Amino acid sequence: MRSASASDKTAVRRGRRTPLFVWRVLLLVGAFAAWYALTSLGVLPAFFFGRPLVVLGRVWDWFSSGKIYPHLAVTLVETVLAFAIGTLLGVAAGLWLGLSPTASALLDPYIKAANAMPRVILAPIFAVWFGLGIASKVALGITLVFFIVFFNVFQGVREVSPVVLASVRMLGATRRQLLRHVYLPSATSWVFSSLHISVGMAFVGAVVGEYLGSAAGVGYLILQAEGTFDIDSVFAGILVLTAFALLLDFAVTRAERHLLTWHPRAAADER
Amino acid sequence: MTPATAAVLALDGIGVEWPGSAPGAPGYVAVEDVSLSVGRGEFLSVVGPTGCGKSTLLNVAAGLLAPSSGAVLVAGERLSGLNRRAGYLFQADALMPWRNARENVEAGLIFAGVEPEQAHRRADEWLRRVGLSGFGDRYPHQLSGGMRKRVALAQVLILEPEILLMDEPFAALDVQTRQLMENELLELWSAERRSVVFITHDLEEAISLSDRIVLLSAAPRTRPIGEFPIDLPRPRDVAEIRLTPRFLELHGRIWAALRAEVLKAYAVSQRLG
Repeated sequence: MRSASASDKTAVRRGRRTPLFVWRVLLLVGAFAAWYALTSLGVLPAFFFGRPLVVLGRVWDWFSSGKIYPHLAVTLVETVLAFAIGTLLGVAAGLWLGLSPTASALLDPYIKAANAMPRVILAPIFAVWFGLGIASKVALGITLVFFIVFFNVFQGVREVSPVVLASVRMLGATRRQLLRHVYLPSATSWVFSSLHISVGMAFVGAVVGEYLGSAAGVGYLILQAEGTFDIDSVFAGILVLTAFALLLDFAVTRAERHLLTWHPRAAADER
Repeated sequence: MTPATAAVLALDGIGVEWPGSAPGAPGYVAVEDVSLSVGRGEFLSVVGPTGCGKSTLLNVAAGLLAPSSGAVLVAGERLSGLNRRAGYLFQADALMPWRNARENVEAGLIFAGVEPEQAHRRADEWLRRVGLSGFGDRYPHQLSGGMRKRVALAQVLILEPEILLMDEPFAALDVQTRQLMENELLELWSAERRSVVFITHDLEEAISLSDRIVLLSAAPRTRPIGEFPIDLPRPRDVAEIRLTPRFLELHGRIWAALRAEVLKAYAVSQRLG
């Protein structure tokens, strides 16, 4: 639920936020203008730095001709799959290890090792194992997402208030009910703070995977453009990816607001 | 005093010792050989200086903490595991922050497998009884400290526990809210006459609420050092009763006994500080 006072506050904040939004747009326009000025005046060589108008034209071409859609679809499917599977595995493993001191003590050094390992190196191995299709990119994305979510859930389970725990036990909750009514909701707020980071990581997994070997995807488009020194297409690809990463992050924020209405921070937070 | 077997809740020779910092090092004896009992419908307050192990005793009575020695008897039977006949009102906020007031109040019923609709109705009824009709949809962070305590009280009382364990539940409230809550507690208690163990370091609060007061000594090796029946008439108003001569007389007598222990506790804290 949203109480009347909460929505009032949102309205007040919107009122104050409008100028901020205008400033943000101005900043973006200014950056493009600077880019345009520097490259068209020849301060920066357009061959290496691209030309903003051509870049924007390329993006427009891609979308109006429909050429980008199959590639974008592939990249987004990889991202969403890696994000969803990695998050599920992270939550499950985090809950399990958070609640089982023996298992976490046993696995602790291996988890730290796996986390410290530069997992992008695994991409070629995944390509060999799972082929050049989307499976290998999803696998890479999962290894990136999993650890972020896992560590957050693990921490969330560890930091459940002992008073709330004792109180709920005194109210007669079984172990299963404790998990569902205390540990899971308590971990949820930690999960969401990690999801903003992991959504970006899922994208990194997908694009890096495509970059290292694929036949479709925005990463593949960028790689092809680099092969022909078509720097404008490279920048166009980066722009499209950035826009969609922002969109996914926005979706996570919406879900967060919906699921964490109880959270004092979620109500006040406007990220 | 009622014999231990007839008591609803009895602590029999309870000792609690925390292990020392190193193997072989002497442990810290928080509580030593404490025996006390609560009769049916009795309001018992346990008063002692700060840090004397009052909460430790309550946790033992709740079954949250296993004593190093002695036994807890619930209606004459030895307690093992959690005390299912007791409700526990904590000093700190113990509401689930991710559930609104109604969902917090009905939690115990839901755990016990009561139909959601019925649990819902009874939770609303209890919210009304603690003066929070219309606040069922608020989350804990949207409620004041006093309101949160009321929700916590309803959350515990909805399960109709035979024994109510209260650990300085009103300590964090301002004086006015506190007296309101104390009066409400007395009203709810007199309606259904549960047995109450109320822990506090506030002697005035203890006298105005209780039938009987047990004094605890300063830490370490806390043990009971005195017992005072409170024969003030009921129903009471906690603010008014403090002005009666009998109250002042009782207060004077019990304070004389408590004073030495408070000074001892103070001396210990000075040494440590």
